[in-house]
Amino acid sequence: MASGAEEVSAFNIHPMDQFVVKPLFGAGHTDINDVMKDLAWYTPTNVTLWLGIAVACIALLFVMGTRGRAVVPSRTQSVAEMIYTFVRNMIVDITGEEGLKFFPYIMTLFMFILFANVLGLLPYSFTVTSHIAVTGVLAIAVFLSVTILGFVRNGGKFLKIFWITEAPLALRPILAIIEIISYFVRPVSHSIRLGGNMMAGHAVVKVFAGFAGALGVGAVAPIVAIMAVYGLEMLVVVIQAYVFTILTCVYLNDALHPGH
Amino acid sequence: MASETTGEVVHHVASYEGMPQLEFSAFPNQIFWMVVALLAIYFIIARVALPRIASVLQERHNVISDYLSQAEDFKSQAQEAEAAYETALAEARAEAQRIAAETKAEIQKDLDKAIAKADAEIAAKSAESEKAIAEISANALENVKEVATSTAGEILTALLPAAADDAAVAAAVAKRMKG
Repeated sequence: MASGAEEVSAFNIHPMDQFVVKPLFGAGHTDINDVMKDLAWYTPTNVTLWLGIAVACIALLFVMGTRGRAVVPSRTQSVAEMIYTFVRNMIVDITGEEGLKFFPYIMTLFMFILFANVLGLLPYSFTVTSHIAVTGVLAIAVFLSVTILGFVRNGGKFLKIFWITEAPLALRPILAIIEIISYFVRPVSHSIRLGGNMMAGHAVVKVFAGFAGALGVGAVAPIVAIMAVYGLEMLVVVIQAYVFTILTCVYLNDALHPGH
Repeated sequence: MASETTGEVVHHVASYEGMPQLEFSAFPNQIFWMVVALLAIYFIIARVALPRIASVLQERHNVISDYLSQAEDFKSQAQEAEAAYETALAEARAEAQRIAAETKAEIQKDLDKAIAKADAEIAAKSAESEKAIAEISANALENVKEVATSTAGEILTALLPAAADDAAVAAAVAKRMKG
């Protein structure tokens, strides 16, 4: 990497720099590679800042927006109500009425990912959900709570999700192995799907931006490309929040109704 | 990763080598702040947003069903009013027809009476007139007879004074007039 450094520096494309976690106050390091090395767990960083902005936006939407409690809602209130109804219907559709006990948790998850994703699209912002540390913890939390919930509610019967009674008896052990593997891969795919999508999209935009900087007048082409990718990313960030949440509901449904 | 680049080459603009996502020393920081943020969002959503939105939706549902039942009431009231109106209208129509028929009958009676009276009067008048006409024509005949008798007498006296005989003339005139 050291040998290629000078060529790279000529282009000034640093697609990964946007993902660096930096302390908010007192930048001690001159080399960007050392910045993340000795962060204390409590240091306020750009992660803190953008999480704080996300929390503030959610509060603005859900607390300030619904303050009127109007029967005929204001715009913000109807957005909050639409999100409420959307997530509620999603839970009821997938898990049935029983799943509504977990409505606050799923709503928290959805709002966190949605706002982290959308805020990440602002120029110069930091995308919290592009980090595997964040999505991984979310996915593991979902995995563990769903698994524990499954055993608490169903006891040993929860293991039936690995034993497909619809299949011929001879195939069942093989299917069970596949099911078990896929069950334990869930948190991995769950977290990497979200983190990978966020990281890839943002890196692509940054690479095109680097081309634009190097091309002068020819920069029109990469700028058009950035606009296209940005539009796509708008779609992707919302869909990924939706996908993460709907998969959580699917896993929750397995825990609630392990029979099928 | 970083140790390779420090020292011999000074970057024009320092760039991160590798993936910041895989820098495990930053994990505790991110996880800590994420848990803080999740707790804050959970608090906002579970304590404030969901109960509030649920109550607003419930209230809206109540208001709408209130309005709907009110509308249903109004509709049945309107239907009742329409039925009452129809009944009243039918009654009024029947009453009007009855009055019209009664009035017509009364008028017919009066008319019949008047016609009968008029007929009687006309009959009386025409009888009187016939009588008058008969009298007049009788008088006229008498006069004719007188005139004829006297004229014949005068003519006879002038032409044949010897043959003048009033009784014979009168008898001849009467005989001629009968014939």
